[in-house]
Amino acid sequence: MIALLLILVPVIGGLITFSIKNENSVKGFSILVAVITLILALTGLFSNDQSLLHFDASWIPDLGTRITLGLDGMSKMLALLTAVSLPIIITATYKNTYADAGKFYGLMFLCQAGMLGVFLSMDALLFYFFWELALIPAYFLCSIWGGEKRIQVTFKFFIYTFVGSLLMLVAILFIYFKTPDHSFALQSFYHANLTASQAQWMFWLFFIALAIKMPIFPFHTWQPDTYEQAPTAVTMLLSGVMVKMGVFAVIRWLLPIFPAASQSNSSVIITLSVIGMLYASLIAMRQDDIKRLIAYSSMAHMGLMCAALFANQQVGIQGVLIQMFNHGINIIGLWIVADAIEKQLGTRKFSELGGLAQKAPTLAVLFVVLCLANVALPLTNAFVGEFLMFNGLFRYNPVMAGIAGISIILAAVYTLNMIQKIFYGNTVALTENAHDSSFNVNVALVILVIVVIVLGVYPQPMIDLTQGNANLFITKIP
Amino acid sequence: MNAIIFSAGWGMVMMFCSFLISNKSMYRHIAVIGLLLLLAVNILESGGTSVFHVDAGDMLVYTRFGYVFNSIAIASTLIYVLLTGKDIERLGNYVAEYFVLIFFVLCGVCILSAYNNLLMLFIGIEILSIPLYILTGSDKRNLKSNEAALKYFLMGSFSTGIMLMGIALMYGGTGTFSLEVARTEVGLYKGVSFLEIIGLLLLMVSMCFKVSAAPFHFWTPDVYDGAPAVFTSFMATIVKAAGFIAFLKLCSVRMTATSTAIDWQLLFAIIIIATLLFGNITAIFQQSVKRMLAYSSIAQAGFMLFALFSLNEYASKGLLLYAAAYSLATIGVFAVLVKMKDVTFEGFNGLAKTQPVLAASNTIFLLSLAGIPLTAGFLAKYYMLASIISTGHYIWLVVVAVLFAAVSVYYYFRVIQSMYFKTGEPQTETITKSFKIGLVVLAAIIIIIGVYPQAIFSWLYF
Repeated sequence: MIALLLILVPVIGGLITFSIKNENSVKGFSILVAVITLILALTGLFSNDQSLLHFDASWIPDLGTRITLGLDGMSKMLALLTAVSLPIIITATYKNTYADAGKFYGLMFLCQAGMLGVFLSMDALLFYFFWELALIPAYFLCSIWGGEKRIQVTFKFFIYTFVGSLLMLVAILFIYFKTPDHSFALQSFYHANLTASQAQWMFWLFFIALAIKMPIFPFHTWQPDTYEQAPTAVTMLLSGVMVKMGVFAVIRWLLPIFPAASQSNSSVIITLSVIGMLYASLIAMRQDDIKRLIAYSSMAHMGLMCAALFANQQVGIQGVLIQMFNHGINIIGLWIVADAIEKQLGTRKFSELGGLAQKAPTLAVLFVVLCLANVALPLTNAFVGEFLMFNGLFRYNPVMAGIAGISIILAAVYTLNMIQKIFYGNTVALTENAHDSSFNVNVALVILVIVVIVLGVYPQPMIDLTQGNANLFITKIP
Repeated sequence: MNAIIFSAGWGMVMMFCSFLISNKSMYRHIAVIGLLLLLAVNILESGGTSVFHVDAGDMLVYTRFGYVFNSIAIASTLIYVLLTGKDIERLGNYVAEYFVLIFFVLCGVCILSAYNNLLMLFIGIEILSIPLYILTGSDKRNLKSNEAALKYFLMGSFSTGIMLMGIALMYGGTGTFSLEVARTEVGLYKGVSFLEIIGLLLLMVSMCFKVSAAPFHFWTPDVYDGAPAVFTSFMATIVKAAGFIAFLKLCSVRMTATSTAIDWQLLFAIIIIATLLFGNITAIFQQSVKRMLAYSSIAQAGFMLFALFSLNEYASKGLLLYAAAYSLATIGVFAVLVKMKDVTFEGFNGLAKTQPVLAASNTIFLLSLAGIPLTAGFLAKYYMLASIISTGHYIWLVVVAVLFAAVSVYYYFRVIQSMYFKTGEPQTETITKSFKIGLVVLAAIIIIIGVYPQAIFSWLYF
């Protein structure tokens, strides 16, 4: 029941938000809906009652598809991430004004519902439906409220992901006809009878969709532009949660359906991921724009996750599972700071900023903590995940792990460089009259920083939560 | 059978109306009543209660499939007349005749869904086509309309000639006009008479022409663009769907029987790729939404050809679904288009601000045409893909097709971009409240079919 409510509440809440005209009541109502969703996700997290956590209903018998939703360890965690991110995003951007605020927040909720659906679906066709449904609101959000070049950039993003998902649909259909009982259910998909060469082809059709979403080099070109042009609240949702759909789908669908093909293609994919990591890190070093730097940094992190996934080591996958959550928390924090700076000073270029720490000490402290988490310093939440992922990658191939390790050093270089240029040194004309961040931004950031530190010091609950998923699927690998 | 007689009869009745009644909007109401009755008669007959009993021998054979398609075609026409009937009235002085011609086209449609004899196929195609030539040229003072009508007539009669030639050769090869042939094994090429194969090839060419499949599609953009938009809507939907239904029957009987001698699947694969390529790529470069829709209807035909390629259970069910989904969405898009004074993409700029209901429902129609999930269009495309994938072969064809489906998103979404993300002062005709309600209902039907298709699946068993 919780599983169904988790999707229904944002959908209904979003539809109601559409019809509200007054901007303040829109925001108030949105926080209410977001908090209800969060409470549901928390209830799900602490519940062990299977009848609450699963939902199953007939939908289109003729197509062999059912509405099957379920919360296991991994989806509990990702549902929590999705549910946490929206209240924080709304709080942090509370002072931003939007034309047609009702539609803006309504679409945000529909997007959230789509993503929750992806994480909860235990039926391939339902999964595909939600996968697309998360995309359409995002398309409208970015195209209506985005920056100057929003229309072309968002269109590129849309076409890219749409091509990917259509290829995935072909793969899903093909596997459907090979399942023993002609059903889209997850378990039937795990037992599909594919010959080696069929599995090889379908693996790539499926993987391209996920690679575009994550994004993995060379399918990444939509990402920096979209993150830059989208309204920041949407960027947070896209980079914090939506890209996790790709990683999630690898663990839920791709690896268990094609264990052999995943293994035989792992060297290609890991090489691509590592190239992407280095490439993104090098570009990030040359950026002068906070948003673009965070975008490239996120791409480097996603590359590491993908590499660790295909290393076929249990520790690596365990690392990816917890890093999905932690990366979402950290990157949302970084975007909040970027947005606060841009809203106050009107620029995102470091070269035009400096000495902000003197004027905005609270913002500076919170930002530094988040940046340290972004470079995975010990005692921050990202450390455990990255450590486990590198561990997995190292067991697979030490050389690859070594090359990938360079990107960690580069990450420290560009992140610290950014902190230094924005917050330290002498104040410039622009930052002379700057003031500290507003209350709502501080609240959002403090919550995130607490999560960062708590999970950094004591990550065990998270590991326990997702252990089941990591174990389950390691036994699948022949 | 009753639908054929009834549609022809009501057409005659409406002809007399044109000089007995002078009130223009009366014709529309009479046409709506006629369509409702026609629908009722057809549904009754599919349930076993027929008004007239006519023995057509072996010439016409009605199956559940045929009845369901008739219902879809008549219901689509009804929605079409309800939505755009007022715009037909604005077109000229011969309003009653336009409705008469629409009824005659429906008569042809009903013949095509039931023919069991090549002569009936020919008659059906002719009854269907000749009113269309007139409707295309109905905007008498518009040179483009005249040009389109002449072009359509010349090309159309040429293709009819080819069809007749094909039928004659097939008669020579098999000694019968009947669709089902008792085959003898004497003196034949792999069990099939050579003349029959040539005849079938010619028949295939002319049918490809009728459904605007490449490389016989060249008339489509000019005719669809030149004809008054209200009639383009009719031609691109119901008529095209009827062509496909006739083609499907021809393929599933004759082409299956002769597949030992010639690889029809390969031939169709080539036609599908060419159709998708021409339709999608040229649609990208159009500046006028009307012309873009003309090219996109070629692209959609490429998807419908999948049914003729795979010829299995998914194909026949899917073709019906596709016909319904595509007709509903296209009728909706054209109904909005007719109301626009400027039919270029720029003409749609800022429509979401001035006419939010029009823009929102138009978005749903376009999403359905693009095949986005939770619309009827997705389900239709799904069936078409499934029909090939279920055979387990020719997966590359499916991959190519979905790539083109992604291309189609490009031009459909350009309209959405104009309406929502750009600013402008779009000029529209006066929009009545009932028109808006009609659009919203149509959009709701498309969404309902997309979300809960099980409701209509029970109908589709045959």
